[in-house]
Amino acid sequence: MTSIPPPGAKKLGLVIDLDTCVGCHACAVNCKEWNTSGHSAPLTDFSAYQDHPDGVWLNRVHTYEAGIGPDSRTVHFPRSCLHCEDPPCVTVCPTGASYKRAEDGIVLVNADICIGCKLCSWACPYGAREFDDDQGVMRKCTLCIDRIYNTNLPEQERQPACVNTCPARARHFGDLGDPDSAVSKLVAERGGFDLMPEMDCKPVNKYLPPRRRPVSMAPAEVPRPAGGNSVLRWIDRVLSR
Amino acid sequence: MNPTFSVIVLTVASGAGYGMLAWLGVLNAFRLLPDSPWFGVATVLVSLALSAVGLLSSTLHLGHPERAWRAVSQWRSSWLSREAVMALLTNLPALGFAAAWFLAGRAIGVTVVLGLLAAACGLATVACQAMIYATLRPIRQWCNKLVLPILLLLALFSGVAWLAAALAVAGHSARLAAALGVVFGIAALLAKLMYWRRIDAVLPVATMESATGLGGIGPVRSLESPHTEENYLLREMGYAIARKHAARLRQIVLALGFFVPVALLLAGIVAGVTPDRILLPIAAVVGLLGIYIERWLFFAQATHTVTLYYGRRV
Repeated sequence: MTSIPPPGAKKLGLVIDLDTCVGCHACAVNCKEWNTSGHSAPLTDFSAYQDHPDGVWLNRVHTYEAGIGPDSRTVHFPRSCLHCEDPPCVTVCPTGASYKRAEDGIVLVNADICIGCKLCSWACPYGAREFDDDQGVMRKCTLCIDRIYNTNLPEQERQPACVNTCPARARHFGDLGDPDSAVSKLVAERGGFDLMPEMDCKPVNKYLPPRRRPVSMAPAEVPRPAGGNSVLRWIDRVLSR
Repeated sequence: MNPTFSVIVLTVASGAGYGMLAWLGVLNAFRLLPDSPWFGVATVLVSLALSAVGLLSSTLHLGHPERAWRAVSQWRSSWLSREAVMALLTNLPALGFAAAWFLAGRAIGVTVVLGLLAAACGLATVACQAMIYATLRPIRQWCNKLVLPILLLLALFSGVAWLAAALAVAGHSARLAAALGVVFGIAALLAKLMYWRRIDAVLPVATMESATGLGGIGPVRSLESPHTEENYLLREMGYAIARKHAARLRQIVLALGFFVPVALLLAGIVAGVTPDRILLPIAAVVGLLGIYIERWLFFAQATHTVTLYYGRRV
C-alpha cells in the first residue's frame, strides 16, 4: 500500500558527520558490495571494465567547497536515501511496490511488483533512487534490512554496510525516534540538520555540520623578538642580510 | 527532465482524444452535432483510438510493461494510478454513448447522459495526468498552478480541432467546432504565455546551500562529482537544453501549436464547406505537432533538485 502508515515510534536511520567524513568512498563501495548480493541483488553494472562504465549505486559521495577565502571548507558529502517520514516517492507509486514500513520507518521497493515507471525517482528531491535498466525496476537504499535484523551475523555487525565500513566513524546508525538513543543525542549535541527542509519530506537521516575551527591568519614567518640563544641570534643576523 | 518520446506521446495523443470525446458528449447534449449514427460511432472511436495510442505508448517506457495492470491499485494515493483507473473507466460510458447513439439516436436521454458522463471521465483523466506533474515538488517548472489548466485547455483545443476536421471530412458544417477551436486556441496560448513568464521569473526555492545544508559556512560549489560518467540520475533528471534553443523552440510552438492552426480554423470558417475538408485536417495535425513540441519543451526545460547536488542551477 503506497499510503503512508501512521508514524511509528521507531525511526531507524543514519546520522552522517560531515566534520569527520574524509571522502574515501568506502561506504559507497561497501554498499555496492553488500547489496549486489543481498536484498536488492543484482545491482547491475554495464560496461564495468570498459569505457563509460554505468550502473546502480545506492550511495554516492560528493565533494563540495563551502565558503570563500580562509573561512572556506572542503566537505565530503555522502548522499543516499533519507528514509523520510513523509516520502513522496511512496505516495506516487501506482502499484504499491514502493512502501514505508510501519514498524521501523524503512522505505523499500518490492522489486517483484515494480513496473519500472520511474515516477518515484522523479518525486524524490534527493536523487536517492536509481533505475536498474537491466532488471527494469527501481533500486534504493534498504538501510541494509538484510543485515540489521540478521541473526546469522555477529551482533556488532548488525548495522548497515556503510556504517560498518566507515574508517572515520563518520556514519552512525540507530533509532532517531527515540530521544534517548545515541544517535538522537549526537544530533542534539552537534546540531544535526535536515537536507532541503523546504521540500517538506521530513527526512529521518540527519547530517552533522562541519565544526567551526579557529582560523589561523598568522603569516608563515613570524618575526621573533631578539633574545635567547646568541648563536641563533648571530645566524639570524647573517641570514637576514 | 529527459523528454521521453513515449511519455510525450501519451500526454499529447490522449489529451487530444479525451478532448475530442468531451466535445462530442457536450455538443451532443445541446444537439449541436449532425444526426448521423455513423458519424457518432466513427468520431467516438477516433477519440478513443487517439487516447489508446497515448496509453499504449506510455507502456513502452515501463521496465515491466507486463505488470502495467498493477497500476490501477493505488488510486488512494497516486495520481498516476488515478489516471490509469480513469483512462480505463472512460471507455465504458464512451462505448455506451456510441452504442446508444447508433441504436437509439443521439437525442434520447440515455445517449445524452452517457455522452456527458464520457466527457466528464475523459476530462478527469486529463486532470489526473496533469496532477502527476503538478504535484512533483522537486521540479519547480511542473509544480505550478498553471499546469492543470494548460493541459485541460490544450486537450480541449486539440480535441475540438480534431472534431472540426472530422465534421468537415464527413461533409457536415464545421463552423461551430472551428469557432470553438479559435476560442480555446487563444485561451490555451494565453495560459502558456503566462506559464513561460512565470517559470522564467520565479526564483527556485531549493538551492545548493539548502540541498547540502552547508549554506551557513558560505556559498557552496561542487568540487568533485561522485562519478566520472553520467549516471541514471543525470540522464533522467539532468537533461538540459541551451537557453537559445529553448527560445527558438518556443517560437516554433507559438507558430505550429497556435498561430497556424488558429489561422487555418479561421480560414475554414470563412471558406465554408469543401475547402474546409482540406484546411481543418491540416489544422488538427499541425496543431498536434506543435503541442508535441510544446510538451517536449515542458520536459526539457524542467529542472530537478537532484541536479543541485551535481552543482547545477535549477
